[in-house]
Amino acid sequence: MTRNLAPFQEAFARAVIDASADAAPDRLDDEARRRFRVYRNNVQHGLVEALGAAYPSVRRLVGEAFFKGMARAFVLSHPPTSRSLALYGAGFPAFVEAFPPAATVPYLADVARLERARLEAMHSADANPLRPAAVAALGEDVDEARFEAHPATRLVASTHPVVAIWRAQQEEDVVASIAGRPETALVTRPAEHVLVHALDPATGLFVASLLEGQRPTQALKRAHEADPAFDVLRAFQQLLVAGALVAVTPSPCNQEEAAS
Amino acid sequence: MTATLPPRAGVGFKLEHAQPILEDKPDVGWFEVHPENYMVAGGPRLRTLDALRRAYPLSLHGVGLSLASDEDPDAAHLAALKALVDRFEPASVSEHLAWSAHGDLYFGDLFPVPLTDEALDRVATNVTRTQDALGRRILIENPTHYLRPDGSAQDEVAFLETIAKRSGCGLLVDVNNIQISAANVGYDAEAYVDALPGDLIGEVHLAGYDEDQGGDELLIDSHARPVQPDVWHLFRRLVARTGPVPTLIEWDNDVPPWQVLFAEAQKAELCLRAYEPRPA
Repeated sequence: MTRNLAPFQEAFARAVIDASADAAPDRLDDEARRRFRVYRNNVQHGLVEALGAAYPSVRRLVGEAFFKGMARAFVLSHPPTSRSLALYGAGFPAFVEAFPPAATVPYLADVARLERARLEAMHSADANPLRPAAVAALGEDVDEARFEAHPATRLVASTHPVVAIWRAQQEEDVVASIAGRPETALVTRPAEHVLVHALDPATGLFVASLLEGQRPTQALKRAHEADPAFDVLRAFQQLLVAGALVAVTPSPCNQEEAAS
Repeated sequence: MTATLPPRAGVGFKLEHAQPILEDKPDVGWFEVHPENYMVAGGPRLRTLDALRRAYPLSLHGVGLSLASDEDPDAAHLAALKALVDRFEPASVSEHLAWSAHGDLYFGDLFPVPLTDEALDRVATNVTRTQDALGRRILIENPTHYLRPDGSAQDEVAFLETIAKRSGCGLLVDVNNIQISAANVGYDAEAYVDALPGDLIGEVHLAGYDEDQGGDELLIDSHARPVQPDVWHLFRRLVARTGPVPTLIEWDNDVPPWQVLFAEAQKAELCLRAYEPRPA
């Protein structure tokens, strides 16, 4: 046999994720070229289904035929780079956003971001959430403390009511109004189940700042700029109830500086 | 010492069956999963597998090692597999005579291997590296063919046997794959089964195939329906020679309710018991 392994595999791998319907490696006879489509179909169908399992609401929102076309375009341009498909499709929300035929559904990419956040939360490391008592014990020091996000915590800020749209999909409901109400999704998994909470945009900004490692005083400033009526106590309560935080470090002023 | 699978019928575990299985603990010999689905940092999937492992012997049947790639086994993937082996202490670890990745890309499907000396050297080396990294023996599974291979059924069996002898691995015999390959590329299925070295067989797979709609009269390894009568026939022919071996029912697509899968497993179990050695 003259079929050297490396060039054979290079040609096979290239053809299997080729967009054209009759792609096949060179040097195959006619019958083998026809039969090669079984591998192309298996690969592309398998990856489209993996994506469909990760983005069920996107799939329902656009319908089966549209989803398959969009997903196939994604898998051909973004084949997996991990041997596990459990977290395949990280780039799909950005792809949806830039996919011209999907432009008629302006909130689609944000629903995809929410589904991605849920998938990541599901498979993230386990950790015990920060207990409210730990925050209460800080007293006034809380203003300058640093909070650490739970490994499962994800935020999806949207100019659409993304949580309401996503929830309606779960209940196969129709959203009454999707216009003009921005929402930030807070996704957590404090224990076994992934939870999705809807935050108003100012609370979303506050939480985003905290999770980036800013102190509550800085985060509060940012939230107040967005909404003068922002209620910081309520925001903290939401965060703690959601189990979005995992640790708190007291104010750096009370600790020795590591370097001078 | 590593435990081995009992010579009974096992079932490919699907997450949608977790509740009936973990609540009722049906009398199934063992369960098998694809380790790739559990390569995650935490969460409910791993806890479900913990619970399954507490109740049953477990087999990890990989699809991502790409042992026939013309490259070394992926170090990150091997490390992830090793972590699962250490955590779940499976009774068996297996992979395929196939490749499923190339360079940085992974395809999620099993591709064919030319029966050349070059490929033989490469697979034997990769199996050895895998076993060294995992600290245990693995089994490798015979492939499904859609393209015509370079040799006969006997050539493929000899290829598998040589890999086993060089690396010390065992064989996982997928009887459905043999039947599919017989139909698709003209292998003699019974000759294949008869040529298999019984002492190297650590596990058997049974699954359903479908007829392709593409006009080439191909059988497709769909894992989406009950085991076909001709596959049961080949299975009985094999087990009549080897005696009972751990035998898996695989059903991965259009997954039926648990009771349907359980009934298939009981059918395989009855077959195995029929060939138990009788006291003299």
